[in-house]
Amino acid sequence: MARYVLRRAGQAAVVLLGVSLIVFALMQLVPGDPVRVALGTRFDQETYDALRARAGLDQPLPVQYAQYLGNALTGDLGVSFRSGQPVTASLLERLPATLSLAGVALLIALLIAVPLGLISATRSGKVSDYVATVFSQIGVSIPDFWMAILLIVLFTSTLGWLPPSGYVPFTEDPVDWLAHIVLPAVTVGVVSGSILTRFVRSAVLESMGQEHVRTATAKGLPGSLVLRRHVLRGALVPILTVTGVQLATLLGGVVVVEVIFAWPGLGRLTYDAVAARDYPLMQGAVLMFAAVFLLVNLLVDLLYAALDPRIRY
Amino acid sequence: MSAEVSSPAESVLSVRDLTVRFATRRGVATVVDDVSWEVAAGETLAIVGESGSGKSVSALAVMGLLPTPPARVQGQVWLEGSDLLQASPQERRRTRGRRLGMVFQDPMTSLNPFLTIGKQVSEGVEHHLGLHGSELRDRAVELLGLVGIPAPADRLDEHPHQFSGGMRQRVMIAIALACEPQVLIADEATTALDVTTQAQIIELLGRLQEDMGMAVVWITHDLGVVAGIADRVSVMYAGQVVEEAPVDALYADPRHPYTQGLLGALPVIGGHGRELATISGLPPDPLQMPPGCRFWPRCTRRLDARCEHEPPTMWEVGPGHRVRTFYDTAREGSR
Repeated sequence: MARYVLRRAGQAAVVLLGVSLIVFALMQLVPGDPVRVALGTRFDQETYDALRARAGLDQPLPVQYAQYLGNALTGDLGVSFRSGQPVTASLLERLPATLSLAGVALLIALLIAVPLGLISATRSGKVSDYVATVFSQIGVSIPDFWMAILLIVLFTSTLGWLPPSGYVPFTEDPVDWLAHIVLPAVTVGVVSGSILTRFVRSAVLESMGQEHVRTATAKGLPGSLVLRRHVLRGALVPILTVTGVQLATLLGGVVVVEVIFAWPGLGRLTYDAVAARDYPLMQGAVLMFAAVFLLVNLLVDLLYAALDPRIRY
Repeated sequence: MSAEVSSPAESVLSVRDLTVRFATRRGVATVVDDVSWEVAAGETLAIVGESGSGKSVSALAVMGLLPTPPARVQGQVWLEGSDLLQASPQERRRTRGRRLGMVFQDPMTSLNPFLTIGKQVSEGVEHHLGLHGSELRDRAVELLGLVGIPAPADRLDEHPHQFSGGMRQRVMIAIALACEPQVLIADEATTALDVTTQAQIIELLGRLQEDMGMAVVWITHDLGVVAGIADRVSVMYAGQVVEEAPVDALYADPRHPYTQGLLGALPVIGGHGRELATISGLPPDPLQMPPGCRFWPRCTRRLDARCEHEPPTMWEVGPGHRVRTFYDTAREGSR
């Protein structure tokens, strides 16, 4: 197990190295001079040269890359052109907001997807299956910004139950944190849950067709027990796989929702960085997303072993 | 409707006029057609037929394991005086595993890969007999020992993938016998196993049957297996029973051209250089059954003019020996 984790960590390092190289190369291809953009109307040659030198942009590309890589290894991802803040600090500052939104949204998604997918699969072809399918179809089709606005209109403007936007750290005030997170998390969770519902449905359907489920039925166990112990158990592995992908996606940030709810997450930070040609911040964000993806995948793979006794690392 | 064929007192499971239809896109397929058989305590009935003859489907219908719809099951399944097809789903469920046990063909896929062997062997006992804790564990150990698994106590917490095919089939038998059912249905239970393991499993089931006195319904396509274990044989073709007889009578004096063909196709030891006999042609499409005898298109005898257009009925040719023909093959003429 420890050896497996080490090997995977090694592989992850290679992947990250590749990602960093690609990102670095892409940044060079993007038209426009970031230093000029950063200076804007305050441009004069002296400041320009100074800033360029400070950012190391006057060096040859391989040197720039080597420097970047060396610093990255020590956790220094450079300094944002725009804010002058260290990139690492900017990213870490946004992390709690993104983590809580992704976590709560995924929870909501699963609370929607598991019961709905189960009902849909066990009553395949019946009315409840169609209702569930239509619901998930609607959930997938509704644009998230539109649902966000509807939710704000209903719960803020009309009912006045929830604040329309903003973020309060959990450590500051858990109740206020919850009040602020409900609307964005529901928005993201409904979309995510609708996608997951279909996977849960097909995973459960496939599991129900397994011969060992017939064996369990032949034992005379009640249907609910067969479903819980035999069908659902077999469906968990594929469900876990898509859930992992969903989580990784959510951790990458959900720009539109973050913008509407003024949520200080990573998605918006990245979006702003791209808009402002803030190279160091963009590079740092992409690297971090890649790392998060790899980490979530590793966790999913480790969970496989916990779920499936045939898998041993 | 079937007063004249009321089951003998000693038969524990009696199937009467069992018909199973499947609604398909192309129409309704009658996969099992008016099948009747019965089996007494301690007796072994073999149901023989090729793939698609309806033998497995009839077994699943008896167990109540067919999804309905698309399947539609009619007829009667008498288990000691009560008709299971009239019973509520709850009552049917209570007979499964408790009074009717079933062993399936493929031991590699019939066990749950995620659960321990102990759990899978004991969950039926736990549910039907209400055993718990160490009592339940002891019973699981006892069952695994009964089916010949060495060091059973050490293997309770292992998973199916740690067992060989033969050992898994032993576990399947332990599961089927966990609540000491009155009837055990073995559906191609040795087909997926190698010959040596096959012989061991057959021997094991015979011994357990003797100890527990249950009735066994052995479903197979392998006439070689049948000869050694069955008391009576039912031969199925295209969803119908075409011949039934005590095992000796069937092998000594098969009366249906299909049975004769099957027996003729058995390889003979020492028969070197002789080409294996076969029955030419394929079984009919369940959606387009021949109007007369279902075997007519492949039959080499066709001794009666009615064979082609009229479905033959079963008639008695000897004690307990019935055959679905218009004629007597022994006399080469109509009955």
